[in-house]
Amino acid sequence: MKNCEYQQIDPKALATPSPAPTPSRPCLEKKPKRLKRKWEVFPGKNRFYCDGRIIVARQSGVLPLTLGLILVTSGLFFIFDCPFLVQHLTSCIPVIGGVLFVFVVISLLQTSFTDPGILPRATPEEAADIEKQIDNPINSSSSYRPPPRTKEVVINEQVVKLKYCFTCKIFRPPRTSHCSLCDNCVERFDHHCPWVGNCVGKRNYRFFYMFIVSLSFHTAFIFGCVTTHLALRSQGGNGLVFALQQSPASALELVVCFFSVWSILGLSGFHTYLVAANLTTNEDIKGSWSGKSGNEESGNPFSYNNIFKNCCSVLCGPMPPSLIDRRGFVPTEDEVRAIPAEMELPSIKTDINMVGRGPTSGHAPPPFLPPNP
Amino acid sequence: GPEFHNLQELRQSASLANKVFIQRDYSEGTVCKFHTKLPSELDSRIEKTLFEDTVKTLNNYYAEAEKIGGHAYLEGCLACITAYLIFLCMETRYEKVLKKISRYIQEQNEKIYAPRGLLITDPIERGMRVIEISIYEDRSSSGSSTSSSTTSSSGR
Repeated sequence: MKNCEYQQIDPKALATPSPAPTPSRPCLEKKPKRLKRKWEVFPGKNRFYCDGRIIVARQSGVLPLTLGLILVTSGLFFIFDCPFLVQHLTSCIPVIGGVLFVFVVISLLQTSFTDPGILPRATPEEAADIEKQIDNPINSSSSYRPPPRTKEVVINEQVVKLKYCFTCKIFRPPRTSHCSLCDNCVERFDHHCPWVGNCVGKRNYRFFYMFIVSLSFHTAFIFGCVTTHLALRSQGGNGLVFALQQSPASALELVVCFFSVWSILGLSGFHTYLVAANLTTNEDIKGSWSGKSGNEESGNPFSYNNIFKNCCSVLCGPMPPSLIDRRGFVPTEDEVRAIPAEMELPSIKTDINMVGRGPTSGHAPPPFLPPNP
Repeated sequence: GPEFHNLQELRQSASLANKVFIQRDYSEGTVCKFHTKLPSELDSRIEKTLFEDTVKTLNNYYAEAEKIGGHAYLEGCLACITAYLIFLCMETRYEKVLKKISRYIQEQNEKIYAPRGLLITDPIERGMRVIEISIYEDRSSSGSSTSSSTTSSSGR
């Protein structure tokens, strides 16, 4: 853990910054360190691309498979089934299929690449402050883990237990859970989905929901169109085998769609129920509010008890910002000791942009740095 | 406590003595809200009403950002129709409010907290977990403050 002691600023060092080393000096002194962005020192098990703009879990799971299945099946549909159907039915078919396909792919990528609501870990000072407040029995052995620390809070006339996260060193807010695969605490944790290769939490749940709903429609649509296609082809005494021989790609699409449509439709139905009840998969499985785990209280304190309001709050609520500031710069040791640079007037404007939006965020800290003593 | 006339003076003549953390208040659910009770370490530094006003104003800002109402639904529906791509180009209401909060904190620091040797850190920089308040001591009297900072940070 970082040393929490703060040293005084040497007044002489502040007043006259030391001159830059002259070129005649040998380059044995350390080169000026390249400023690191926060994603490079991120403690969780995530991977970042595009200089921190894109975040995925370390194990991308089966995301390539998911994407591959969708692209291949849809591609085959547009190439082999659409021409026939446009000719014999209507040209609306590729249009509808195209719109659904676009929604599916976009929502999948957004689910996979968006920060699900990761809570940054506590700074050393915060962790120390919390530990001070907790009643800790004396332990001399470092391997002894004290009993789980909990704090109770009353929400909507119901007692909710907040647990202390040993990894992140914070008391988890309600509905937050620690994902062991990503090694992060995620707000409103729903589940870790291997198909999208990311956790599903507060910030990307709406993308996930749109993904499974649009995928249900898309799969059902392709299934229906391919069936119609084969039915039309096998008319006139040709038979199904003939139709399949004429359009073998349709057979593959049929198989893929048939096996996936049930599970995806089921998942969509399940999540629609969760949205209407303002529940997460995690809470539903654990039975947090239904009294299964021996709790006397029942009822979800976060539900508005109104289906419409629940749906709106989950799906159309305000989009919270990313808290991990992937593209911000890591403050150097010198900055930590000095009065925080963010307090300087010009730098506050750059910090405003640190919610992680595109190229405007992550400016280099201002040049006010006391030199190395 | 020490008196500084402005942020500039604070930067030049003070050193960090201690940090106090105002924790989140979850009694109203997961909305962002902080406890308004003045911590004992700040008792001698700042008037209770001033402090409470600051925290209450911040709480109001966060409530405004997270409010679910007509405007939020419109924004949400519009976003859904465009497959949420507008989030890439448009600044959300939450981000707008966060900017307001930043300006408010800066203003509070300049007018109220820095003259009393205190500085507030924007909660967004601490993952919205805490309001971190840094306590500064006059450098001339900092002999005692280093010892107090070591005892507070080594409390394991």
